[in-house]
Amino acid sequence: MAELSAQSDEELLDRFQRAAFGYFLEQYNPENGLVADRSRAGAPASIAVVGFALSCYLVGVERGWMTRADAAARTLVTLRFFCNSLQSEQPDATGYKGFYYHFLDMKAGKRVWQSELSLIDTTLLLAGVLTAGVYFDEDTTTESEIRERADAIYRRIDWQWARGDGTAVRQGWKPECGFLHYGWDGYDEAIILYVLGLASPTHPLPERSYIEWTATYQWENIYDYEFLYAGPLFIHHFSQAWIDFSGIRDLFMREKKSDYFENSRRATYVQREYARRNPFGFEGYGKDCWGITANDGPGFQTLKIDSRERRFLGYAARGVPYGPDDGTIDPCAVLASLPFAPELSLSALRNFCALYPEMIQDSRLPSSFNPTLSGDGPSGWVSEGYFGLDQGIVVLMIENYRSGLIWKLMRQCPYIGSGLRRAGFTDGWLS
Amino acid sequence: MTNSPLQQELATRNDQLPPSTPPDDRFHRALLHNVHPLAWRNPKSTGKYNLIVIGAGPGGITAAREAASLGAKVALIERNFIGGDRLNVGCVPSKAIIRTARLYAEMRDADNVGAQVPGSIGIGFQTVMERMRRIQARLSRADSAQRLSETGVDVYFGEARFAGPDTVEVAGDKLRFSKVLIATGARPLTPPIPGLAEVGYLTNENVFNLTECPRRLLVIGGGPLGCELAQAFCRFGSHVIIAQDDPMFLPKEERDAAQILSNSLASDGVEIHLNTTVVAVRKEGAEKIVDLVCAGDRFSVSVDEILAGIGRAPNVEGMNLEAAGVRYDIGTGIHINDFLQTTNRRIYAAGDVCLEHKFTHAAEASARIAIRNALFLGRKRLSALTIPWCTYTDPEIAHIGLYVREAREKAIPVTTFTILMQDVDRAVTDGEEQGFVKIHVRQGSDRILGATVVARHAGEMINGISLAITSGIGLRALARVIHTYPTQADAIKMAAEAYNRTRLTPTVKSLTKRWLAW
Repeated sequence: MAELSAQSDEELLDRFQRAAFGYFLEQYNPENGLVADRSRAGAPASIAVVGFALSCYLVGVERGWMTRADAAARTLVTLRFFCNSLQSEQPDATGYKGFYYHFLDMKAGKRVWQSELSLIDTTLLLAGVLTAGVYFDEDTTTESEIRERADAIYRRIDWQWARGDGTAVRQGWKPECGFLHYGWDGYDEAIILYVLGLASPTHPLPERSYIEWTATYQWENIYDYEFLYAGPLFIHHFSQAWIDFSGIRDLFMREKKSDYFENSRRATYVQREYARRNPFGFEGYGKDCWGITANDGPGFQTLKIDSRERRFLGYAARGVPYGPDDGTIDPCAVLASLPFAPELSLSALRNFCALYPEMIQDSRLPSSFNPTLSGDGPSGWVSEGYFGLDQGIVVLMIENYRSGLIWKLMRQCPYIGSGLRRAGFTDGWLS
Repeated sequence: MTNSPLQQELATRNDQLPPSTPPDDRFHRALLHNVHPLAWRNPKSTGKYNLIVIGAGPGGITAAREAASLGAKVALIERNFIGGDRLNVGCVPSKAIIRTARLYAEMRDADNVGAQVPGSIGIGFQTVMERMRRIQARLSRADSAQRLSETGVDVYFGEARFAGPDTVEVAGDKLRFSKVLIATGARPLTPPIPGLAEVGYLTNENVFNLTECPRRLLVIGGGPLGCELAQAFCRFGSHVIIAQDDPMFLPKEERDAAQILSNSLASDGVEIHLNTTVVAVRKEGAEKIVDLVCAGDRFSVSVDEILAGIGRAPNVEGMNLEAAGVRYDIGTGIHINDFLQTTNRRIYAAGDVCLEHKFTHAAEASARIAIRNALFLGRKRLSALTIPWCTYTDPEIAHIGLYVREAREKAIPVTTFTILMQDVDRAVTDGEEQGFVKIHVRQGSDRILGATVVARHAGEMINGISLAITSGIGLRALARVIHTYPTQADAIKMAAEAYNRTRLTPTVKSLTKRWLAW
């Protein structure tokens, strides 16, 4: 890793972005376009990871890592699968009402793990589908079919059904029990879900659904930063991987004289400040070691370390400043903050390279590490293998920082503009 | 366990008595002597009462005492025990055992604060419960039947029943009244779960009668009672499983408060099942087998006892309210207006029987309003009260005023000033860093709309904010109040100072910089 410190920011980012991109080449099933949730053998596909993959292919084309024809072919295989796979109430279908189950068998493409019909994961899949629909704009048979199928997948989704008997949308549905009996509460990654739901030309959400959801927002002053609070860092990233929120404002942000882009910047500063204060004395935390979010963890165990009882978690939604926090750091989340606070992200990235080189294999960042829990090196415990969501957000956010490619593409997607306007967004590039 | 003749008599004459009774020790006998003396003889009524109070819980006692002290002729009718839930099956016993449970937790955590506990920590559950009964007996002295009688209140034991628009019957006597205050309280809701009634279960009405700590305990419901007792019994050594229908505990509270509580319960060792519904219970041998469903997945747990804490139902039955023209709903209680007046203008209600917020202090405050309005032509409004409340888990969770969501529903823009307890010196030195103070103000002003405190002593801390709200004191003024250092309540001042820093706009900074350039 010593050579990394000599590289320019641009060289460094290119290296990490390409390494992350490689995940989608390695974990792709050419038969149906599905991409594994994680690199561990036997892992199922995650529909959200497929959404990231579809957007990453475009980055690959623009960066010269993949031909346009290859990207189009991969995309078409994927869209054909999602168009043609079984949509029904059967427990082993691929989806229902246009939505898809969170986890699918990599080969058969059917629901596994009794997973839920996931609204947010379908949304992230859809974001990738629609990005591809905009990008592949040439008048060829393949690209025409991509556009048609992307539109068909979107139009088929019954967003109105997804409200159940309420106004705001639910989080999921299962054939075994119907709707999961909880919805979205507080600011989270669901903005893009509402934007796409509101824009649907076939089964749109009512505008009041967005108002009802945003009524649960909390605007907080923490560490002298005023921002729309959400604990896990990924919440400040995921919708913004596709939508450029800089300068556009909904009613809430107009009231606060801010926007979601600025909000993510402040959330990044709050993360760093929390790590500097390091209230629970975790190893490594500091101004260049932060990134507390939903990710893999060392597993549920309680250990006595340096006379202090430490309770570790497995895969969990860690957050700042209210917790839970077990000392687990997500370096991918740090890179995902790059567009909002590049000065913080780059400094932290260089710190990771300098202090924890053993956790970085072939320039690819792990999902997480925990220096408080002993491991093979200074990084302590390191998450095994890689997760598609982590690698996907790294590819897209580095690209948004470098060129704004994904944001520019999605600005051209009519559904995005329409959904944002129906949610009450004005100003900026919407003007 | 043996029952005294008094207990047996009470058990037979009152079908509301819990299915088990406490050990017949000197403390329990002392308690009974104060709250329902066996030899008590109801007074002979003479003439019309200015006020009849039905129910001798906190609200009823407050009303009766205050009315009598002002010269009113007052009757107080109680069918069970003076003191109501608070003294007998609520706050007092629960806080007594929570104190012991907290000490056990501190002993286990001793080395984290640099202390050593000699030897192993043994738990004497019977001693815990005996201390609880001793405290109940002691606190029962203040409002014993005898002392109430000595203050001029005619104390009647028996079922009160309206015999007409101006008459109440009790134990064969007919009492005539000018005004009535109904303060009959509430009781635990019965969960409609197949098999539960057959296998038997605990509620707040009988859990304090336990003489042995259950080895395995299922708590149904993640509200205040469920969370408090789940944590306490876990700290006494029970393997506690808590099943909550909602995605988080204390669903009315802020999600961050609920998150911290969830973390705290988990670190105590409570087995948590959120989004989980209990669907059936059966008995196999000595075990109770409970079927649960979470997101379509069905599974079973085996336990020794089940504690249900799913809410409370107002005590409106049996009073023949129809005869008095008092409307009510079995779910929400007696219908009242903002002056606590029922649909019979001479009859008022206060406390759990009619309020959404079922707390001792709310019952007492509403009872005070009711007697002013009933006896002295007062026009005090219930809606003018700002009522704080607290869930006594560890950390405690206290709230007052509006939640952010409520303010936003009223189109009030809100800014929340948050101080983490981990940034408060005294909380750090005490090793009590879990929690926060959140003070909600109207955006652009320092007017306090509400607050949530999560801290080891949140119940104490919220009172300072309650005073500020009630007195119309804003954050600017709070920032000028000198707080003792170091205290955990310093967090409130820190929040006020954070507000003050927002007033240092770039323009103000520029002006001060120019001023200081001499």
